Amino acid sequence: MSMAQSQLRTNEAELIKSVCAGDREAFYELVCPYERMIYATAISVVKNPADAEEVAQEAVLKAFSHLSSFRAESKFSTWILQITYNEAKMRLRKARSHLYESIEEPRPSEDTDYWPKDFADWRPIPSELFERDEVRQAIQNATNSLSRIYREVFILRDVQNLSTKETATILGISEGAVKIRLLRARLQMRDALAPGIDGCGVKGQPYQKVRPW
Amino acid sequence: MSTIEISCVEVWREISNFLDDQISAEMRKRMEAHFKQCSHCKAVLDGTRNVVGLVGDGKLFQMPEGFNKRLYKKIQGLP
Repeated sequence: MSMAQSQLRTNEAELIKSVCAGDREAFYELVCPYERMIYATAISVVKNPADAEEVAQEAVLKAFSHLSSFRAESKFSTWILQITYNEAKMRLRKARSHLYESIEEPRPSEDTDYWPKDFADWRPIPSELFERDEVRQAIQNATNSLSRIYREVFILRDVQNLSTKETATILGISEGAVKIRLLRARLQMRDALAPGIDGCGVKGQPYQKVRPW
Repeated sequence: MSTIEISCVEVWREISNFLDDQISAEMRKRMEAHFKQCSHCKAVLDGTRNVVGLVGDGKLFQMPEGFNKRLYKKIQGLP
């Protein structure tokens, strides 16, 4: 554990003590740095921003009422993201309970490989491009087009930059499964995005798909 | 000693681990040799790296306006 990390843990442990002694402000201070991660974890499951906000807030309130069961050997952020993830899945289940569709986990197709569909060169994109709304929208659409189990891993690992281990703990799957799902998510994202974001509209050159077969 | 060649399919299977530097030195060498000769796999590598680079600043999802305030209020209202 780095100095900064152990400092953070000490601070959090202090805050948790204050919360248990009845200090609401301390709880807000404890949760605040993870707001965005909590929201992102929620939206990775429920997709819709309004639902994600409700899930995030529910999860924070749940964390508050269960704070005494938090064990210091795990990271507070991992713990609260686990709560968020479970809350989001619960909401999904409730939303679907009136439908005849299966509420089981989507079946991972980890045994069937996903291969790239397009081999055109996708040159590095200028970073300012990301600031453009339509690019952000295209990325969001592509993310939403992933199956849930791939989207969850992609958002935790690549959008929120959590480690493989943390992602595995939050989702309750093995590290190997995280890696396999991430591979698939990234390849699918690339297939979805490459045709739109490449030079097209930037250098004025249309993107040419290259399919060798 | 020359590196043992690998197929495109093997490269794709490891491309994500390659980007995360979660492969052996031996595999890295084989893959690098492959990327030098195979423009298709190089394109897949570059594109995948672009995807990771594009979304990695954590700002893909804008927080709903007022999220913070509403959360604060909820916490204040806790019993």
